[in-house]
Amino acid sequence: MKKKIFIIIFLIFGLMQNCFAYSSDPKKFISEIVDEAKKILVATNSKEVKEKKLEEIAKNTADIKGMGMYTLGKYRKNLTNEQLNEYEILFEKYFLKSFSSRLSDYSDPKIEVVSAEVLNPKYTMVRSVLIATDQKPELKIDWRVYTKNPENPLIRDLIVEGLSLARTQKEEFASIIESDNQNFNKLFSTLKEFIAK
Amino acid sequence: MFRKFVYILILSIFFQTSVVHAGSEGNESLKNSNSDNSANECFESASRVIFKFNHALDGAVFKPIAKGYRSLPQPLRKGTGNAVSNLRSLLTLTNNLLQGDFRGAGNTAGRFAINTTVGIFGIFDPATRLGLEAEQKEDFGQTMGVWGVNSGCYFVLPILGPTTARDAVGLIANSFLDPVYQITHNTEITNGVVGNGNYSEHNYYYYRGTGAVDFRAKNIESFQSLENNSIDLYASIKSLYLQDRNKKIAGNNTSTDTLNDEDWEEIDSN
Repeated sequence: MKKKIFIIIFLIFGLMQNCFAYSSDPKKFISEIVDEAKKILVATNSKEVKEKKLEEIAKNTADIKGMGMYTLGKYRKNLTNEQLNEYEILFEKYFLKSFSSRLSDYSDPKIEVVSAEVLNPKYTMVRSVLIATDQKPELKIDWRVYTKNPENPLIRDLIVEGLSLARTQKEEFASIIESDNQNFNKLFSTLKEFIAK
Repeated sequence: MFRKFVYILILSIFFQTSVVHAGSEGNESLKNSNSDNSANECFESASRVIFKFNHALDGAVFKPIAKGYRSLPQPLRKGTGNAVSNLRSLLTLTNNLLQGDFRGAGNTAGRFAINTTVGIFGIFDPATRLGLEAEQKEDFGQTMGVWGVNSGCYFVLPILGPTTARDAVGLIANSFLDPVYQITHNTEITNGVVGNGNYSEHNYYYYRGTGAVDFRAKNIESFQSLENNSIDLYASIKSLYLQDRNKKIAGNNTSTDTLNDEDWEEIDSN
């Protein structure tokens, strides 16, 4: 009897793993994320539920810790361990909120994944196009995929019409840190305010 | 005549500013040149105040106008956008030539000729259907960037928005280089076509204003999303502006040519 239960639990977990497994090929990986996000955006009415589901996708497919470090830039070397821990927690919440909020504004986005370019063993740039509608022009969206572990690709940046969101975020954070005489209190309080809004 | 003198004076002052900054900002040009995204501020406190004013003005005037424009039938908006772009291509053509981009100039001239005639004053865009590439807009700020002039410091202009010392010079120089500006402003010639009532100055501002409204209308959601998700909107806009200018000066639409991987590499080594 016990064995049967173990097998059942094992199978359930196995199936769940398969449900959340994304392709290791960067182009397919992005296509799968786009398809999954689209399903959520089309099928879900509540903005809150949409955002929660989109956050789950981001948690599984984006290198949030790596992006957090990139966003801090040269200032990350000035953080104490305690500040670093606090920053990582705040950055994850900030990123997930910002990511899901940006995406949830779209009700039925039509994104076509066009090609992939291997930049080096660590990075592949996947190119896609957000198809134009009556109201909005076509947008080129490139996805910087981190492929250091080829079995587990992760998104590190989104480049919309040649403009990097990670770089923009990095310069935004740098501006706040600089205005606080290179301290982190203002950045942390600003992030907390953003998360709470 | 006096106005031209003032322009030239401002132009030369800005050129001097640009040269000073070009010489003093060693940190500005990154190793791979095109990823220069670190222009220093000319006067940040004042720029932030002007930015707030522009932002309020946008919310009160430009955004509502853009929303109203958005409610017009799509063919009308498309035709308007096409006609404005067609006129704007004359400035692009001049800058194509100044940059020595003769292939681009040929493409721009071909597009203008076809769209102005077959496309009925640029309302339709048969040139694209005939296989001519969609041109990238060029201005004199970009031309100076192509010539190797550094961006100089960054600041915000009332109403006109973000700019750099180089781009501000470009903005003034565009007036001299833009055939549409010349035709509508050349009031010194009063006999003949140029300078008559059909081409008076206000038409130039209608054309520029319509272009601005068309652009704002196409980007209502993007701006809103940026506003909602920025923790320092001023810094976000500065970053996006400088990235966009670098991309345009590089003349390449692929992000791999305009972004620097080194920042990312640094993460792995730590």
